[in-house]
Amino acid sequence: MIYITIFIAAVFVNNIVLSQFLGICPFLGVSKKISTALGMSGGVAFVLTLSTLITWLIFRYLLEPFELAFLQTISFILVIAALVQLVEIIIKKISQPLYQALGVYLPLISTNCAILGVAILVIQKEYNLLESVVFAFSTAIGFGLALVLFAGIREQLSRTKIPKGMQGTPIALLVAGLLAMAFMGFSGIVKL
Amino acid sequence: MKNKVGIILNGLIKENPTFVLVLGMCPTLATTTSAINGIGMGLATAFVLIFSNMVISLIKNLVPDNVRIPSFIVVIATFVTILELVMQAYLPALHESLGLFIPLIVVNCIVLGRAEAFASKNSVLDSALDGIGMGLGFTFALGLLGMIRELLGAGTLFGLQIIPEDYGMLMFILAPGAFVSLAYLIAIVNRIRKVS
Repeated sequence: MIYITIFIAAVFVNNIVLSQFLGICPFLGVSKKISTALGMSGGVAFVLTLSTLITWLIFRYLLEPFELAFLQTISFILVIAALVQLVEIIIKKISQPLYQALGVYLPLISTNCAILGVAILVIQKEYNLLESVVFAFSTAIGFGLALVLFAGIREQLSRTKIPKGMQGTPIALLVAGLLAMAFMGFSGIVKL
Repeated sequence: MKNKVGIILNGLIKENPTFVLVLGMCPTLATTTSAINGIGMGLATAFVLIFSNMVISLIKNLVPDNVRIPSFIVVIATFVTILELVMQAYLPALHESLGLFIPLIVVNCIVLGRAEAFASKNSVLDSALDGIGMGLGFTFALGLLGMIRELLGAGTLFGLQIIPEDYGMLMFILAPGAFVSLAYLIAIVNRIRKVS
């Protein structure tokens, strides 16, 4: 039951992009087309789940027993950066089609603050291993949902006339604001 | 001398990280619920930016090219950890309200971006000045956004009641207000830049 609550909370109520403000850079950067948005979401889902699993294990079994919790930031970011590189090499070796689909997004993902953010959040919230993985995966789904919705709207936007000053980033942020307002409607569904 | 001032002004106005380069959006949107929080976040980032720029500029000739980025990240993460511990000890209230976004300075595109684009090519003094300029530019942007959101959302400015509380639009303190206010601020800046 707790897993369903975590899932709904992470996807809708506390959507990572629209209410937690994490991962805004890829949200604004790769949301011009639905196809790239889907590719990015896939990459994030994969890396986010894997990195949260590994950083959780490192924190609980390495940093905590040796009282090195202050090294959290520095070790997490290194693990994430190394992991992304590793995933890229492995995917390139074993599956060419998957590499073509995700490859270009992987380097971008290591600078996605959602990855480090979620890794730190699950430690702060004191989730156990399974809860952490479920939380990470649901967060990635929430990220994907927001990204694809946003890309759909932006595809339509490119066909409309926008006042000069509002073109580019401002109109994108305004649309994101409206989306965030819509997502606020979900608040109160579950309490976590 | 004019050149040195130019480096600071470049970050503050001409290449303002928030309004012109549109970098570091996550802390910009998340921590500007009040003017104090915005300025606090800006100064925290400026601290990391100045020191990481200086150290990276010092070690730029020692680091082999292919491990450049990981080494820069370690330098940045070190200063972020120092900042986090210091804030926890001396500014616990601010640390509490900025929360997650202090460790996330590590992945702020501005810090790594300046390390890569400026500090790895320039002298220590110039890099420090660039850090000051960019840091102040970021602080200015976050402070401005924080003031606007605080005034519209709660009717206060640095905690002082300006507009009666009943007239505050809570939406501006919540998530949608962040996106909307930043959208209009960037639009205004775009307009001014076109005119001048």
